Amino acid sequence: MSIVQKYAISGDDFSRAGEASSAIKNKLKQMGFSPEVIRNVSIAAYEGEINAVIHANGGEITVTVEPEAISIVISDTGGGIPDIGLAMQEGYTTASDNIRALGFGAGMGLPNMKKYADEFDIQSEVGKGTVITMKIYAKR
Amino acid sequence: MIIKEISNLLDCTVLCCEEHLGSDVHTACGSDMMSDVLAYVKDQAVLLTGLLNPQVVRTAEMMDIICIVFVRGKIPDQTVIGLAEEKGIVILSTKARMYEACGILYESGLRGGANV
Ligand SMILES: Nc1ncnc2c1ncn2[C@@H]1O[C@H](COP(=O)(O)OP(=O)(O)OP(=O)(O)O)[C@@H](O)[C@H]1O
Ligand SMILES: [Mg+2]
Repeated sequence: MSIVQKYAISGDDFSRAGEASSAIKNKLKQMGFSPEVIRNVSIAAYEGEINAVIHANGGEITVTVEPEAISIVISDTGGGIPDIGLAMQEGYTTASDNIRALGFGAGMGLPNMKKYADEFDIQSEVGKGTVITMKIYAKR
Repeated sequence: MIIKEISNLLDCTVLCCEEHLGSDVHTACGSDMMSDVLAYVKDQAVLLTGLLNPQVVRTAEMMDIICIVFVRGKIPDQTVIGLAEEKGIVILSTKARMYEACGILYESGLRGGANV
């Protein structure tokens, strides 16, 4: 049995960024996953959601919940990432001072996503967009 | 240490979720960069920050952080407080600066929990 949920990520309201991840977190709580699994999913989804807002003008999150794992796909049709190897390095950021004043742009989001996900894949094409696929195992 | 002790040590104003002041806190972290905070997961942590936007509460929510202390006398707006209230996260505000606030808590035995 698997449950699939789709959430739109609005690109023009930073103050609402995180609502999709919050909805995902609540759903997983109701379903009784362990706090650690829920936290890993929440952080990975949230970093991806924030990236979609600040770097790609919005996008979409699809969550697939199965008894043994939770999959998260975050996709956008933004500008894409020219050098993924560089973007994956801790501390690498192209965020403006405006973004940093909002508390983001430490260059930690992608490394965090990789750290909290059991499986992580990123595909990006300049001018087309970015798709990040993550899987977190339900260690129950 | 319970949240109430943090509130006393830093002479805080309690902005919401007063009913949780008796909750236990094990570690603390201080930062204005949310992804730095998101890198260090610890159980029953408190976050000290000078950043005032709703993403501070969102970050705390994702990490199961149970208390946020705004430093330098900052007071977030009502939507931020409302969001914290909804999530059951205690919000405190202290006049102390980040460095002093962290120092006072550290000296009183509340450590960061990270390996330096
Ligand atoms: N969805 C995306 N679309 C386009 N570029 C992206 C996207 N996600 C990340 N990037 C690029 O990769 C860089 C690194 O991303 P990462 O999330 O690690 O750090 P950050 O978002 O800059 O800062 P932080 O996550 O610490 O707030 C970004 O600065 C940006 O240049
Ligand atoms: Mg990021």
